[in-house]
Amino acid sequence: MQATQIEVNQIRKDFPILLRRINGKPLVYFDNAATTQKPSSVITSISEYYTTYNANIHRAVYQIAEEATNAFETTRDKVSSFINAHSREEIIFTRNTTESINLVAYSWGRKNVGRGDTIILSELEHHSNIVPWQILCQERGAQIKYLTIDQDGNLDLSELESCTSNNNVKLISLSHMSNAIGNIIPIKYIVKIAHSFGIPIFVDGAQSVPHLKTDVTDIDCDFLAFSGHKMLGPTGVGVLYAKKKILEEMNPFIGGGDMIKEVHKYETSYNDLPHKFEGGTPNIADVIGFGKALDYLNKIGIENIRRHEIELTKYALEEMSNLKNIQLYGSPDPYQRGGIISFNLGDIHPHDLATILNEEAIAIRSGHHCAQVLMEKLEVPATSRASFYIYNTIEEINIFINALHKAMRLFRL
Amino acid sequence: MSDDIYREIILDHYRNPRNKGKMTDADVVIHDSNPLCGDQIDIYLKVKDGDIDDIKFDGRGCAISQASASMLTEMILKKPLTLAKDISKEDILENIGLTNLGPARIKCALLSLKVLKMGMVKYYEDKEPVTAEKLEKDSNLY
Repeated sequence: MQATQIEVNQIRKDFPILLRRINGKPLVYFDNAATTQKPSSVITSISEYYTTYNANIHRAVYQIAEEATNAFETTRDKVSSFINAHSREEIIFTRNTTESINLVAYSWGRKNVGRGDTIILSELEHHSNIVPWQILCQERGAQIKYLTIDQDGNLDLSELESCTSNNNVKLISLSHMSNAIGNIIPIKYIVKIAHSFGIPIFVDGAQSVPHLKTDVTDIDCDFLAFSGHKMLGPTGVGVLYAKKKILEEMNPFIGGGDMIKEVHKYETSYNDLPHKFEGGTPNIADVIGFGKALDYLNKIGIENIRRHEIELTKYALEEMSNLKNIQLYGSPDPYQRGGIISFNLGDIHPHDLATILNEEAIAIRSGHHCAQVLMEKLEVPATSRASFYIYNTIEEINIFINALHKAMRLFRL
Repeated sequence: MSDDIYREIILDHYRNPRNKGKMTDADVVIHDSNPLCGDQIDIYLKVKDGDIDDIKFDGRGCAISQASASMLTEMILKKPLTLAKDISKEDILENIGLTNLGPARIKCALLSLKVLKMGMVKYYEDKEPVTAEKLEKDSNLY
């Protein structure tokens, strides 16, 4: 405990925003599932690019363009090794997880999903892992089937085999960690079952990759999507990983510059991987910044991050469960969930609670967390959500618990 | 500041809303929601000689949205329906006693007013399309 604490205090110095005061009180940032804060190294790298070697990448031969290309492509190597991909050609830069999912729904889905086919999702999914598939299914005359969850938010895996064997299933797409309640699903086991029926699997890693060791070679998933900004990086950078063989067979997503080999009046040959899927000038500065975020995470170590978050989650769950009138969602086991705690406190609406906490300079999320299918299942219109990362502390959780007491007093609970 | 927001009167209207429920013989039923927070409000109107003879609201959401709806129904009951177009954002905030709400929470307070104005327009759409169009224009709905 003590050792982690010292380390966290060191880490906090790297995040300038943590010096910010709101209403005269130090900011307690508990909305890390939405986006994380950025260390100085990330912030500086972006201005350094614009100040000293800003140029477009990939074709120009002058020095600063080469420097920019190198910095940009180095991030691709870092991503590749961060998730243990087989090769850098399997790493496609997008804007965010949502775009990565849409890319696959468009380029892979249109080619492989037809009338009467099925795509399997779960009731835990974020809207971004529902809507692109709905659009695809409506266009192709296919259907979506949902794996159900129990009251703790655990997937009912007994349905998995019957689901995958019966319904002309073309794809299973699941989030590894629920953004709304934090539950972690046994993704490796599910991939194994899916592959035994010859079905590819898409993993929405937006919440898991920043917090859990993710090894795509070990998991053997066919697709993985995640966002840089949820793991200390700038906004505007997403990643799509896919197995090389699949990417080679997929049609391009966005046509334009950079994704071509040769363009003639009536035909075009496409560029090699990964550039075939990266039409137009990419988000060079932020991809470079994302590389620095990965350096930072590697320096701390993803296993240490996970351990720290389990400690925080365990402590928060214990303290919160002592509160009168609290309803906690998700798995009660901190080892089966990420550092995301969704809850309701008596009849205080989450938006009112978030307003009250804001006065204590605590940033939490309130609402349906882009998971309305899950909210319907849990039979609540909304929840409050606190989510942690490497710079959060036990002291901050104590401040948070005190603020919950204040809210209960205000609402005469 | 939250001491100011969550005063007794807001909590009272939140927990004991006036004119809450459904109406089976309403002349107009109108629904809207706030996609940001999922607040939902239905308003049922019974209109007699141009006056609101009865009003009910149904919905779910935060204390501010629900208390604001409850207070709005009390404010408009037995008054001319077209009066709705003249009710301003400031009137509502003054009515509920919250004049310094932040931009995110103002939407909560104003949702019921928006629904009421939509209901007024809808009521006149069949009967007097020209009036409806004018009311819509004068209502600052969007």
